[in-house]
Amino acid sequence: MTYIAKPRLHHPSLVKNKAGFTRRDYEGAVSTLCAGCGHDSISAAIIQACYELDILPHQVAKLSGIGCSSKAPTYFVGASHGFNTVHGRMPSVMTGANLANRDLIYMGVSGDGDSASIGLGQFAHVMRRGVNMTYIVMNNGVYGLTKGQFSATADKGSISKKGVSNPDSSIDMVSLAILMGATFVGRSFSGDKHQLVPLIKAAMDHKGAAFLDVISPCVAFNNHAGSTKSYDYVREHNEALNRIDFIETREEITTSYDPGTTKIVRQHDGSILRLRKLGEDYDPSDKVAAVKRVQEGLHAGEVVTGLLYVDPTPSDLHANLNTVDVPLNTLNAPELCPGTSALDKINASLR
Amino acid sequence: MPQAIAAVNDFVVKFANVNGSGSASANELFARSILRMGVPVSPRNIFPSNIQGLPTWYEVRVTEKGHLGRRGGVDMMVAMNPQTWAEDVKEITPGGYLFYDSTKPMPSSMFREDINVIGVPLTAITNATYSDARQRQLFKNIIYVGALSVLLDIDEKEIQRLFGEQFKGKEKLIDSNVKAMNLGRDWVKQHVDPDLVKLKVRHADNVGDRIFVEGNSAAALGAVYGGATVCAWYPITPSSSLAEAFQSHCKKFRHDKVTGKAKYAIVQAEDELASIGMVIGAAWNGARSFTATSGPGISLMTEFIGLAYFAEVPAVLVNVQRGGPSTGMPTRTQQSDLLGCAYASNGDTKHVLLFPEDPRECFEFTADALDLADRLQTPVFVMTDLDIGMNHRLCKPFAWDESRVLDRGKVMTAEDLEAGKTFGRYLDVDGDGIPFRTYPGTHPTKGSYFTRGTTKDEFARYSEEGPVYVRNMERLQKKWETAKKIAPQPLRYSSPKPTRFGVIYFGSTSPAMDEALDHLEAEGHHVNALRVRSFPFAQSVEDFIHEHDRVFVVEQNRDAQLRTMLLSEYTLDARKIVPVLHYDGTPITARFIATDIATKLGQFKVVSFDKAAS
Repeated sequence: MTYIAKPRLHHPSLVKNKAGFTRRDYEGAVSTLCAGCGHDSISAAIIQACYELDILPHQVAKLSGIGCSSKAPTYFVGASHGFNTVHGRMPSVMTGANLANRDLIYMGVSGDGDSASIGLGQFAHVMRRGVNMTYIVMNNGVYGLTKGQFSATADKGSISKKGVSNPDSSIDMVSLAILMGATFVGRSFSGDKHQLVPLIKAAMDHKGAAFLDVISPCVAFNNHAGSTKSYDYVREHNEALNRIDFIETREEITTSYDPGTTKIVRQHDGSILRLRKLGEDYDPSDKVAAVKRVQEGLHAGEVVTGLLYVDPTPSDLHANLNTVDVPLNTLNAPELCPGTSALDKINASLR
Repeated sequence: MPQAIAAVNDFVVKFANVNGSGSASANELFARSILRMGVPVSPRNIFPSNIQGLPTWYEVRVTEKGHLGRRGGVDMMVAMNPQTWAEDVKEITPGGYLFYDSTKPMPSSMFREDINVIGVPLTAITNATYSDARQRQLFKNIIYVGALSVLLDIDEKEIQRLFGEQFKGKEKLIDSNVKAMNLGRDWVKQHVDPDLVKLKVRHADNVGDRIFVEGNSAAALGAVYGGATVCAWYPITPSSSLAEAFQSHCKKFRHDKVTGKAKYAIVQAEDELASIGMVIGAAWNGARSFTATSGPGISLMTEFIGLAYFAEVPAVLVNVQRGGPSTGMPTRTQQSDLLGCAYASNGDTKHVLLFPEDPRECFEFTADALDLADRLQTPVFVMTDLDIGMNHRLCKPFAWDESRVLDRGKVMTAEDLEAGKTFGRYLDVDGDGIPFRTYPGTHPTKGSYFTRGTTKDEFARYSEEGPVYVRNMERLQKKWETAKKIAPQPLRYSSPKPTRFGVIYFGSTSPAMDEALDHLEAEGHHVNALRVRSFPFAQSVEDFIHEHDRVFVVEQNRDAQLRTMLLSEYTLDARKIVPVLHYDGTPITARFIATDIATKLGQFKVVSFDKAAS
């Protein structure tokens, strides 16, 4: 529905954030996805998160692969550069982009087809390299653009719209991300923005590989009885372990919290994740326990959501490579080219 | 017994060794010592896809005239590998020489009547001196270098100097190597008739200021000088040493003197798909980036190459070609990826290729490729090969213009945008087909756009409208025309006499071609030559073809790939373009080219082309 132009002028009473932008400044083009698509809710959550984080829109680089989810970057933060790459290969492009300019904020958007099937290898490696990014998989368990085939995250035994039972085991992206070395891993539901927005904010602030698996029902092909990625199924089986509040460094904590109901995770940069426990006692900084809990949930048919794993002192690819503090794309001949006298010495050494 | 081959500064010695036995450095020492005497040499590694235990050869052409192509034929075989004894002995030219380890007596049936045999009991000498197994293995190699130095009159002082440079500060190692060398020298002096071997090295002055370097190292240095900051790669023979050389050059030149931090990033990717993806991501974001790979890697990268072409993202790929197809001959050389690279990816795509002839041009063209990729906003391939990449080659010294700046191409800055310049990512503003781009993060409200592999209009908006698509494709074609003018231009070598015949060649064929032209000229065959240095072809290539009745195209592949590209670019009578093809995995030789062209010339002269066509 691209022919519907969004109004360029915003209402003067819209509230500006500390960066001087209104929430609408973080919007993108009108979505061409189906009405009711979970992906649009996730885009809205990204918009809200960027607005609340006072991000300069042009400092975001949005990258995606191919598929419905990968179209989503067009629909948020329109003032930033976006790159719709090739199927399943967004992680490598994002890695390269990140190497070129460490100062931008990298948002990778992908789907379950893009990341769990064709792109599983690159997904694993981008996590293990610790690329400083927020990687969101809009997970609907189905191929939408090609009309309803199972994806690799579709649960075994779930039923397609055409009535076929999925014979293959599903890939759990959360477990995989934790095992591959992501340092911030969460799962949420497109229909729960109260949980999702703070998770996105915390992921964007995280200085390392942050991954969010967001269950996002496909209203066209995977929202029927027998699907385990439908709105109804996820609502019934959502097992939220916590709710987080993301608190930036500059905000002072004035209230005290009952350690029985709240857990504070202080990250390396001083920012704070305040986790409100929902029921059980869950420590997301314990990697082994995180994998165990997620796997138990899978076994029990639960959709375990919340902040599932965080390493408060992550390292990123630039730190691992010991690159200079300025973006590599700002370096020029004087910094990069050793010059003629060095070349004379090289020539002399080769005789 | 034919007459013993006698030659001064013009012969071929081939070493037959076992992979992993430490022979490589001894053999290189042999080659370098001759070079230090002012006599050009051209060594070639002939090795299997293996780490330890399989046969490996090192062929040194000693050539005072400076013919650096492979000559063919072996004047002296240093047979150190029992496994390959029979084929090694068989390969010696009649009247040539066989040098072998005579510790164990061998039946006369193992030798040939028509060659000269020099047996030196290398193992016996070694074992009498050294007890440690590793020492025995390594010093045996130095002992044979010492023995050969007496037989061939190689100046021992030059060898000693090389030890001094190699083991600078490690006096013990220098002494022990000199000692091993002298063990070989002394034995030969005492036991071998000094006139037996009539192949001799004499001091000359034909090396000049040339350097002796491998193409892969040179290309990597070109990437450093050309300002590459991101290198993403995946190990594949014969290109791995290029990325590794980039790492070692960067360690030397690219660390901040105060903080020690790196002004580069190298990622060994999970595969070639990821490495080209990283290159494209980095270039999209304004960093100069490149990858090094070989044919099978290019096959994997093909999808991304199409994206970079259509989305107009710079990318530099150094393809160190090897024998194909498929896994092919990983440790042999070919020029067989031309079509695969020139037209890589689905749809109407075509890409800029550069053809360096030697390490010097590997350096130059890799730096140029980084400029061209930014200028043209498209993938640029540096088409080197194993013969150039993994062998030391004598070439002109590297040169760099101190005033040279990195040509970043058409990039719109925040100031430009602020000043109200119209930005259309795919808008041709001045007729060269190249639009302006912005780097991500340039301006808070202007200059952002969406990069995609789908079709789009001048302002990067998605569109499947026929006319919009055609306009874009035609602009890309215009850009292609621009590339013809700015890529390295062909070099012409004219015959001293007018001729109807021309020859086109490129890349590593160059030294063999130079020599072949000499042979042909000496036999009275006059041929003009054109060395093509890039694709798309410059106008002068078409002019050259039209100037001649017949044009030979010399290539190291089966399918005459460059010829195919010429026929596809130009409207030509295909019969006029005559293929000369060598593709057995060994580097092409002057003998092959000269013989093939002379034979074909003989055929054509029976009925001239004009008569036949009329």
